[in-house]
Amino acid sequence: MRPWRALRVLVCTLVAIYLLAPLVVVLIISFSSAAFLRFPPPGYSWRWYANLLNDPAWMDAVGVSLRVLVPAALASTALGTASAVALVRGRMLGAGVIGAFLMAPMVVPSIITAAGLYIIYRGLGLNGTLTGMVIGHIIITLPYVFATVASALRSLDPRLEAAAATLGASPVTAFRRITLPLLAPAVLSSLLFAMVLSFDELIISLFVGSARLRTVPVQIWSNIRGDFDPTVAAIASLCFLVALTALALEALLRRRNGDRE
Amino acid sequence: MTTPNPGTLLELRGIRKQYGRHAAVDDVSLELRQGEFLTFLGPSGSGKTTTLMMVAGLQQPDDGAIILAGRSVDRVPPYRRDIGMVFQHYALFPHMTVRRNVAFPLEMRSTPKAEAERLVSAALAMVGLPDHGDRMPRQLSGGQQQRVALARAMVYRPALLLMDEPLGALDKSLREQLQMEIKRLHREQRMSVLYVTHDQSEALTMSDRIAVFNEGRIEQIGTPSDLYERPATRFVAGFVGETNFVSAVVLGQEDNTYRVSVAGAPMAVSARFVTAPGSTAMIAVRPERIQLRRDGEGVPAELVDLIYLGNARRFVLRLAGGEEWTALMQADAAEESGLHPGDAVRLSWQAHHAAAFPAGGH
Repeated sequence: MRPWRALRVLVCTLVAIYLLAPLVVVLIISFSSAAFLRFPPPGYSWRWYANLLNDPAWMDAVGVSLRVLVPAALASTALGTASAVALVRGRMLGAGVIGAFLMAPMVVPSIITAAGLYIIYRGLGLNGTLTGMVIGHIIITLPYVFATVASALRSLDPRLEAAAATLGASPVTAFRRITLPLLAPAVLSSLLFAMVLSFDELIISLFVGSARLRTVPVQIWSNIRGDFDPTVAAIASLCFLVALTALALEALLRRRNGDRE
Repeated sequence: MTTPNPGTLLELRGIRKQYGRHAAVDDVSLELRQGEFLTFLGPSGSGKTTTLMMVAGLQQPDDGAIILAGRSVDRVPPYRRDIGMVFQHYALFPHMTVRRNVAFPLEMRSTPKAEAERLVSAALAMVGLPDHGDRMPRQLSGGQQQRVALARAMVYRPALLLMDEPLGALDKSLREQLQMEIKRLHREQRMSVLYVTHDQSEALTMSDRIAVFNEGRIEQIGTPSDLYERPATRFVAGFVGETNFVSAVVLGQEDNTYRVSVAGAPMAVSARFVTAPGSTAMIAVRPERIQLRRDGEGVPAELVDLIYLGNARRFVLRLAGGEEWTALMQADAAEESGLHPGDAVRLSWQAHHAAAFPAGGH
């Protein structure tokens, strides 16, 4: 048993290093005092974080990202939840096909979705608009919301809704008082996940955006292609921090939900 | 719409429910009287639960009419039917306390708060859980959860209480205890109850009347003793209580008995179904109605085994044709008989305790 145990610890450690090393390197470089990317850095400073705050291009990008992710995640959560309820609970013809269709953006390479959107938007004049960007992000995040809420709904006993009906609750009341509160952890965690996904999304934003409408990943991307300094590492570290917070919140929600079962 | 008999709370007329080409419920008609405890008894898939769901409005019949309290409820959704329902797996709302669960139907009816508080407390006291109001359902045992479900379904005094195998998930002693409690609540609250079970002893203990379901149809509807003593079909004779079957040739009819030949022995059975002499009939006799003797008249059989039941003994018998029968005897009588496994015995019964059914049919 002992040698196997040692081997298991070793493999797990290697995998953890493999996964975390790039993040750690980026985190360390973001505090570098040098004006170029070098590892290990010759010294440490906050200058790249200060640079980030003082550069209007970066601040604009953060603003755009927030103005896209908040409405996109909210709309995607509402639509995804509604579709899950309709497809799982309703007796709808072709529910399977509609479900597969909703899941498609997750399977189709996003460059294809992005190219398709770009072509459609050209006719509609939506390229380079906030509305166009939000719609694109809804499409990309919808499958995750739908899948999360649908699976939570499938494990929710439909007899609870039947019981509510026999006790005098109309379908709307039963949904509001019984189904929705029980789905709340799944809905909230898919809202968080949709926000993170939207914040991360590069390809759609690249196609649909413009020079004046740049999200954070687009700004990082164009920055890397041009003169490349540790400001990128600083913003990447901040993104990492935001994602980590969201994931921790999500885990917390799931644990509370687990306690309930 | 013709007016139903006074005192009729619920009437089903020719209810049908089809799943694909299979009729889950086929032409079911019955009446439930005010204050009656009526049980749907049958094996799984016999249509009893589907029928209950249609009364609740949770499923729609393909044909027929459901008349509740004098009005047709075809187009009435479940939440306007004034029914209460208890499910097998309790279906308590897991995110609400016991009190909030029980208060839920009152809230739906906009009962004033003070009145609702009083009714919830009374309902919880009624089911023996006055101090459990602040618990969450998951903190209660199965039996307690079902009591809460019962309180929740009764607190608003619905015209009709529906129960779908409410004790099916509980162990035997708890089940018997709750059977008595549901009977008591029915008696004290004078509620009308439609009860679904596949457990025939539960149905016999609790019901005023029982409707026996088989393959989507009602085989017989009557009081427990009707079903047990005078089963209308072979299915009812076999499903309700324990019954011994043997096929016999009908020799002739005298008044209300047939003379039949069972394994060569001439016997008498009650004649309620017309069968021509010479034809074959299926004879059904309850174990406790069989008399055993060492010799004399009767059907010859071998005593294969004797099972000790404490207050009674079960005799396992093999007839000449290979049929395995059981006879039940009280301890005194069994000891007096002095029979042992391996003995040859003669079986007899009183004509009115044996039923004859057409062979082949059910």
